[in-house]
Amino acid sequence: MEVPSSELDSKAMILLMGLRKGGKSSICKVVFHNMQPLDTLYLESTSNPTVEHFSTLIDLAVMELPGQLNYFEPNYDSERLFKSVGALVYVIDSQDEYMSAITNLAMIMEYAYKVNPTINIEVLIHKVDGLSEEFKVDAQRDIMRRTGEELLELGLDGAQVSFYLTSIFDHSIYEAFSRIVQKLIPELSFLENMLDNLTQHSKIEKAFLFDINSKIYVSTDSNPVDIQVYEICAEFVDISIDLYDLYKPSDSNKKKGIKGPSSHRPQELKNVSQLENGTIIYLRQMIRGLALVAIIRPDDMDMESCLTVADYNVDIYKKSLEEIWKNSKVILPNPNIQTFNNQE
Amino acid sequence: MSSSNNRKKLLLMGRSGSGKSSMRSIIFSNYSAFDTRRLGATIDVEHSHLRFLGNMTLNLWDCGGQDVFMENYFTKQKDHIFQMVQVLIHVFDVESQEVIKDIDIFTRALKQLKKYSPDAKIFVLLHKMDLVQLDKRNELFEIMMKKLQQASAEYGFPHLIGFPTSIWDESLYRAWSQIVCSLIPNMSIHQSNLKKLKSSMDAIEIILFERSTFLVICSSNDQNINGKINNYTTTTNNNANNSSLSELSNEVSLLDPKRFEKISNIMKNFKQSCTKMKCGFKTVVLNDNIYVSELSSNMVCFIVLKNSDAPQQLVLENIRKAKNYF
Repeated sequence: MEVPSSELDSKAMILLMGLRKGGKSSICKVVFHNMQPLDTLYLESTSNPTVEHFSTLIDLAVMELPGQLNYFEPNYDSERLFKSVGALVYVIDSQDEYMSAITNLAMIMEYAYKVNPTINIEVLIHKVDGLSEEFKVDAQRDIMRRTGEELLELGLDGAQVSFYLTSIFDHSIYEAFSRIVQKLIPELSFLENMLDNLTQHSKIEKAFLFDINSKIYVSTDSNPVDIQVYEICAEFVDISIDLYDLYKPSDSNKKKGIKGPSSHRPQELKNVSQLENGTIIYLRQMIRGLALVAIIRPDDMDMESCLTVADYNVDIYKKSLEEIWKNSKVILPNPNIQTFNNQE
Repeated sequence: MSSSNNRKKLLLMGRSGSGKSSMRSIIFSNYSAFDTRRLGATIDVEHSHLRFLGNMTLNLWDCGGQDVFMENYFTKQKDHIFQMVQVLIHVFDVESQEVIKDIDIFTRALKQLKKYSPDAKIFVLLHKMDLVQLDKRNELFEIMMKKLQQASAEYGFPHLIGFPTSIWDESLYRAWSQIVCSLIPNMSIHQSNLKKLKSSMDAIEIILFERSTFLVICSSNDQNINGKINNYTTTTNNNANNSSLSELSNEVSLLDPKRFEKISNIMKNFKQSCTKMKCGFKTVVLNDNIYVSELSSNMVCFIVLKNSDAPQQLVLENIRKAKNYF
C-alpha cells in the first residue's frame, strides 16, 4: 500500500491551497487523522508543502501548500506539479475578508487551466459554523458571483468550479471531501449503478460505501443525500469499531486458543441495529478498508427475511467490488498521468 | 416513610466552578462534554427530578457553589437542605487554589449531615482530572483522599468513597454508576438473575444498563457491586477494583477494565445519533457475538457471546424469554 515518493505521480493527487490561516492543515488533520476539531486551534503554521497519503478504493495523495508562498516564482516547479494533479481544492475563509482570496484563486486557476485543462477546481467556503443560515447563503452567492467576474476578466468564463460550504465542526467537510474524491474515481459510475441495483432489490433506502478510517464516502446510490442520514451512518461506523475493539476476539482466545482465531479471522465486521420504528442500520465490511452502511426500511416485512435478502445481495455486491478492483488494478497505475493530462 | 424510600434525595455540592452542573447535564440531560461550556453559574439550588429504573425517583439538588449561597446553606437553609439526604456527592476541583477552604466547606456539610441525616452515604469526586498530568493523577488522588478520609471520619462518616473524574473521558460514568447503584434496593436479585442468564446463554459476560442514562447497573462477572461499595472502607478505589477483577476468571480479566464506562459512552453517542432519525434504538447485533437489546422499559442488556455461530433467532428468543425476569 505504501508507495515510495518516486511513484507519487501514479496516484491521483489533490492539491489543497488557500491563503494563510484559512484552515488547510486543520482540514487535513480532522479528515485524515481523526483529530478533534478543537485541537486544531493549536496547529502551527505550515511552511513546507506536506503530502498526506490516503489509500482507499483508489490511492490518493493530498498535498497541502503553505499559503504564504508565491507559486509563480520561477524556482518552483509548479508546472510539473499542476500537471500531475487531479483536483485543486481552494480554501476560502468565510469569516475573513475574502476579496484577496478570490483574486488569488482566479490567478491560480488561470495558471492551472493553462497547464492542465482537465483539472477539477473545488472551492471550500470554509469556517461557516459561526455564520447564521442566511448569512451562509449570502456569502456563498457573493463569493460565487465575484469569482465568476474575476474569471470572466481572465477569459475563463467556461470554467467549471464547484463550491462547498464547509466547517470542521460538523460533517460538512467530510461530505465535501467525499464529493471531491468521488470525481477522481474512474469507476464511479459503475459503483453508483451497482449500489443502485443493490438498493432497489433489498428495501434499502440509502447506502454508502465508506472509507472506515476517514469516514469519507467513496460512493452512494443515486437517491439524494440527506446530510443527517450521512451523519448517522458515519457515526454508526465509529460505534461499530469502538465496540468491536472492546471485545476483540483475539483477546479472549489468546489464552486458551479455543477454536482459535481461525474461526474469527475470515469473518468481516458486521453490525446490524434495529430502531424502534423498525428501521435497520446495516454495516458490512468490504474490500480495502471500505464498509457498506445502509439504511433499510422493512415496511411490513419482518426483519429476518429482510436481512437475509440484504445479506445475500451484499455478498454479490462485495464479489463484484472485488472483481472491479482486480481489473482496475491492472490498468490504473501506469496511464494515470495520461488520463489526467493528455486527455485533450 | 415508605414513599420516601423510592424518592432519593441527592445533594450535589462543591465550590463554584467545580463542574457540578456539567456532570448533571452530561449524565442526565444528554449533553456532550463540549456543550457544557454553555452552562452558566447555578443560582441557589436547582432541583431536578429524574426517574431511574422506573420505580425510583432521584431528586437531585444541584447546589450553586458561590460563597454567598454556600453561606446560606449552612445557616438559614440548613434544615431544609440537609434533611432526609440519602447521598451527598461532594465535588472537588483538582485545580482549585484554595484546597483548605474546599475541605473546610466539605466538613461543614458533614457536620450538618451528621445532625440531620446521619445515614447518608458520602461520595467525593475529584473532578477535572484531565487537567492533571497522567503520571501525577494517582498520587494526587491518594493524597487528597487521605485528607478527606480523615476529615470525614472525624464527623462520623468513615465510609468515604472517592472517584477521580473528568467529563472528557469515561471516568464520569464509572463514578455515577457506582453512586446510583448504591441506591438500588433489589440489586442482589438483578445480580442473580443476570448470572442465570449468563449461564443459560453461554456468554462471556452480560452487562445491565439503565436505559435512559446508560449507567451500569450490574454485570454478570462482578461479585456484587453493591456489596463492594458497602464493604470497603479504604480509599484506594483503583486497587480495590483491580483486585476484584483478578479474582474473576482469566478470560474476563483480559478484557479492558474500563469497558463498562466505555460502553456507556459509546452507546450514549449512538443513542444521540439515533435521535436524528427521531426514534430510539431497539437492538444492536455486532458480528453475531455482541448483542445489545432492551430488556424492559428501563433496562438494556449488553451480551457478549463466547462464539459467534449461535443462530441469531435463538439468541434473540433467549433474550425475549429473559425479559420476564427483569
